[in-house]
Amino acid sequence: MPSITLNKKVFEQLVGKVLPLEELKDRISMLGTDLEDIKDNEIHVEVFPNRPDMLSEQGFARAFSSFIGVKTGLRKYEVKESGQKVIIDPSVKVVRPYTACSIVKGLHFDQEKIEQVIQIQEKLHVTYGRNRKKAAIGIYPLEKITFPITYKAETPAKIKFKPLEANKEMTALEILEEHKAGKEYGHLLQGKEKYPFFIDNKKEILSMPPIINSHETGRVTDETRDVFVECSGFDFEVLNTCLNMIVTALADMGGEIYSIKLEYPDGVRTTPNLTPTKMKLDLSYVNKRLGLMLSEKDAVKLLEKMGYGFEKGQVLIPAYRADILHQVDFVEDIAIAYGYENFHEEIPNVATIGEEDAFEKFIRKVRELLVGMQLLEVKNFHLTTKEDLTTKMDLTINPIPLKNAIGDHNHLRNALMPSLMKNLSENQHHEYPQNIFEIGRIFVPGNTETGVLEAEHLNVMLCHDKTDFTEIRQVLEALTRALGLTCAITESEYPNFITGRVGDITIQGKKIGIIGELHPQVITNWQLMMPVVCFELNLGEVFKLAWKN
Amino acid sequence: MDIEKLILKLHPFERAVLPVLLEEKDFQQIIKKSKLQEIEVMRALQWLENKALLTISSTIKKVISLDKNGVLYLKEGLPEKSFLNSLSEEFKGLNVITKKSKLSREEVNACIGLLRKKNAIEVAKGEHLQIKLTEQGKKLREQKSPEELFLEKDFPLEITKLQGNDKALFEDLKRRKEFLKVEDVKETTAALTELGKKIASMDLTEEVINRLTTGMLKTGSWKQTKFRAYDVEINVPQKYAGKKHFENEAIEYIKSIWLELGFTEMTGNYVQSAFWDLDALFVPQDHPAREMQDTFYLHEKAKLPELWKKIKEVHENGADTGSKGWRYTFSKEETEQILLRTHTTVLSAQTIAKLKKEDLPAKFFAIGKVFRNEALDWKHLFEFYQVEGIVIDPNANLKHLKGYLTQFYKKMGFSKVRMRPAHFPYTEPSLEVDVFHPVRRQWVELGGAGIFRPEVVKPLLGFDCPVLAWGQGMGRIISEYWNITDIRDINKNDLKQIREMKLWLK
Repeated sequence: MPSITLNKKVFEQLVGKVLPLEELKDRISMLGTDLEDIKDNEIHVEVFPNRPDMLSEQGFARAFSSFIGVKTGLRKYEVKESGQKVIIDPSVKVVRPYTACSIVKGLHFDQEKIEQVIQIQEKLHVTYGRNRKKAAIGIYPLEKITFPITYKAETPAKIKFKPLEANKEMTALEILEEHKAGKEYGHLLQGKEKYPFFIDNKKEILSMPPIINSHETGRVTDETRDVFVECSGFDFEVLNTCLNMIVTALADMGGEIYSIKLEYPDGVRTTPNLTPTKMKLDLSYVNKRLGLMLSEKDAVKLLEKMGYGFEKGQVLIPAYRADILHQVDFVEDIAIAYGYENFHEEIPNVATIGEEDAFEKFIRKVRELLVGMQLLEVKNFHLTTKEDLTTKMDLTINPIPLKNAIGDHNHLRNALMPSLMKNLSENQHHEYPQNIFEIGRIFVPGNTETGVLEAEHLNVMLCHDKTDFTEIRQVLEALTRALGLTCAITESEYPNFITGRVGDITIQGKKIGIIGELHPQVITNWQLMMPVVCFELNLGEVFKLAWKN
Repeated sequence: MDIEKLILKLHPFERAVLPVLLEEKDFQQIIKKSKLQEIEVMRALQWLENKALLTISSTIKKVISLDKNGVLYLKEGLPEKSFLNSLSEEFKGLNVITKKSKLSREEVNACIGLLRKKNAIEVAKGEHLQIKLTEQGKKLREQKSPEELFLEKDFPLEITKLQGNDKALFEDLKRRKEFLKVEDVKETTAALTELGKKIASMDLTEEVINRLTTGMLKTGSWKQTKFRAYDVEINVPQKYAGKKHFENEAIEYIKSIWLELGFTEMTGNYVQSAFWDLDALFVPQDHPAREMQDTFYLHEKAKLPELWKKIKEVHENGADTGSKGWRYTFSKEETEQILLRTHTTVLSAQTIAKLKKEDLPAKFFAIGKVFRNEALDWKHLFEFYQVEGIVIDPNANLKHLKGYLTQFYKKMGFSKVRMRPAHFPYTEPSLEVDVFHPVRRQWVELGGAGIFRPEVVKPLLGFDCPVLAWGQGMGRIISEYWNITDIRDINKNDLKQIREMKLWLK
């Protein structure tokens, strides 16, 4: 989750009220943000991904100020006409088709403001902009630009300008190969024949979105007063909302917002559009979900604490809010304004009858029986290494691999036996006998929705210097007898068991597992120096047979 | 304690050792005379000391014995003797002497130094070193030197028992290479107390019953003999019970809480499609948590249920849910991906999809493993448990949610529950659940909860209905109960740990 750093003094000034430290901490977490730390003059907060509008000092302060009741209701932002235009060339349609632009004047940048703007831009890129894929933002000093601006696409070899943090002109291809930003975001243009760029009336390239701005025309300094802002991407609505988040923050910083005419091939649009959207308030829905009895007046008051306006039954949603999809989103905001701490627990008078899963119940009984035989239960991970499942067990099989595991536990186990062998090999310094068991899930290929068949297995493993086939078979039979079943053993052969001391376990003619003495080669593969016997069976199959009777 | 009772408690080993102790104090001698094994004597002495019949004292002594070369020289004579024997009254070259004496260069050099000090040889320094025997040397050759006499002593010798010249000799010889060695030897002696002496002088040969046998029961012979009394207060060797894994004990307890609250158990697969795990829960397809680094993916593609088309529509435009949807193009490829479930909420989605209107209200829970693509360390596991719950009730509201969670945590030992705003893509309102920690006196975060969004419920259930939902962690509670600081220890499967772990006493 993204976190931002606020300058406490600036923040308090923007909020319009200074709260005592403890109250400040409490209010920040109850607004729906995670307070990480307040140190000296710095406040670190995590902002949830549904509220990108709070990723700036200004946006955060705006929400907070309403929440604590200082400045409630819908904020009004005046948008003047700049009379300037941006022409969108049809060539961008297949690359990065949309842009939303604005001018903000009278900002008088200083170092602090530049840092704030960089923070907004970066945080929005990572979150709402999905690492610049969905939306990329450019901010330019207005005095270096001559309108009208054109947004167009061209073959990369023909795009040439001096990017930020470079000391020479580079072609688009060179930027992608050599420039830091090019290497990081170049994949967003991969496979495109033409790359998009903004160019002004004097044929100065402003930037190549979503990669980098020009060093000459795209760098805000402490001499910058007015800025041109653009967002580019694939969905016009998304870009307009993104632009709104920036320009309202800049306005709260002291700027004046000016609109720009965007000449799209199919018609003219004007941005930013800060008109609030409207949605009807369904008060009974809200009350029902929250268990409250709010009057419309109460509800409106609470909505205003969350920065909304209200007009003739309709909620006015600020144009920078990106997260209002449904009536239910008002429910949450009203609950936050009401205060989560003010909801008191209630146990409804509803009778339902609880029921344990039958198979889980069966597993519990099997576990209790085995514990009664003085066995110790182990619990291993489902993910393990291929080596443990194959070479160490003297088996040539293909367990199911994971595509992207970052650790070396990158296969799904297909049997419990390797897990228990590992346990024995790691416990050699402890007292013997070591008689253990595990009930756990295994994974094999199968005809299911996912192509993976999951089964619950039981493995009982006995390890001490006098153990043998008889002993393990006694345990097996004690178990099956207790479940009202009779099992039979038919001789078979497996590479990881001693020949002549291994068999298949069958119940009512159905093969459900194997039992035997482990091959000394396998035992020594695990660096063990003690005889091992075991059985492993499919508990799901046993359940079906036992529960049926 | 009266003496008769005390005698009845004596073990056969003690009975064998006691009379010996009247004459012997030294441990080795006691072994010899009692005709018992060393371990048996040791135990007998220990028991007798516990009964205050004797006192054991042990002292550490420094003892000299011959080292490798000492043993060799005792057999073959000291090198200086061999050296003297290979000399004559005429000067002879060193090479010739060395060869004759069969000594090493090193030994020869040592001998020259030693014998010159005793005036036994005369050395002439020419081109080569030349040596001849002196009168003194001749005498020495004939008699045993003090060193030789020392060598013939009865080793091992106690250092403190050396007398007169022997002390100096020992210091000298100690410096010679691997000649003597000095070791610490522990010497145990046992001395009877007054009571011990008294009992030791009595007749201890009376027969007592050690072990009751079936034979005695059949013949009734036990009637004529006394039973040896045990010392029931001393320790016995440990024995271990069969045990469930402690994590399962906690799980069974948590399960019982939900069953008591009228919840039905849900189970299901670990391997799931992205469709069920994420898309059915309205998690946007470009949500950062879906990226490769957080989730384990498999190689194949899943078969989708018909429902996927409906879910696609909900994502794209909200369909009939009254929502605007995420307003993007839903990718079939993305939803077909196979993964290890990232939360047990996938079971809730599948359960809701099977419900009918007449099944309501209904309450379900699950305790199951979930997976995160993380490297293993003391704080992170790639698989861990989640405690999931849902309440599908047309009249459910946020206060009920707090009610259920408060009831649950009360039974887990936390009396106060707090809700804080949070964000999950599938719940609205979303909240973080904190409990007040009675020992640490502070709020501790234990999980997430909320009411499922209509975009989740309506396509699965067929109509909108409030569904209270939560996913709580239990690793923290388990670690704390058993004082586990490294979370990997929960699945370390150290048998000593499992054997000795106390039960879940709740």
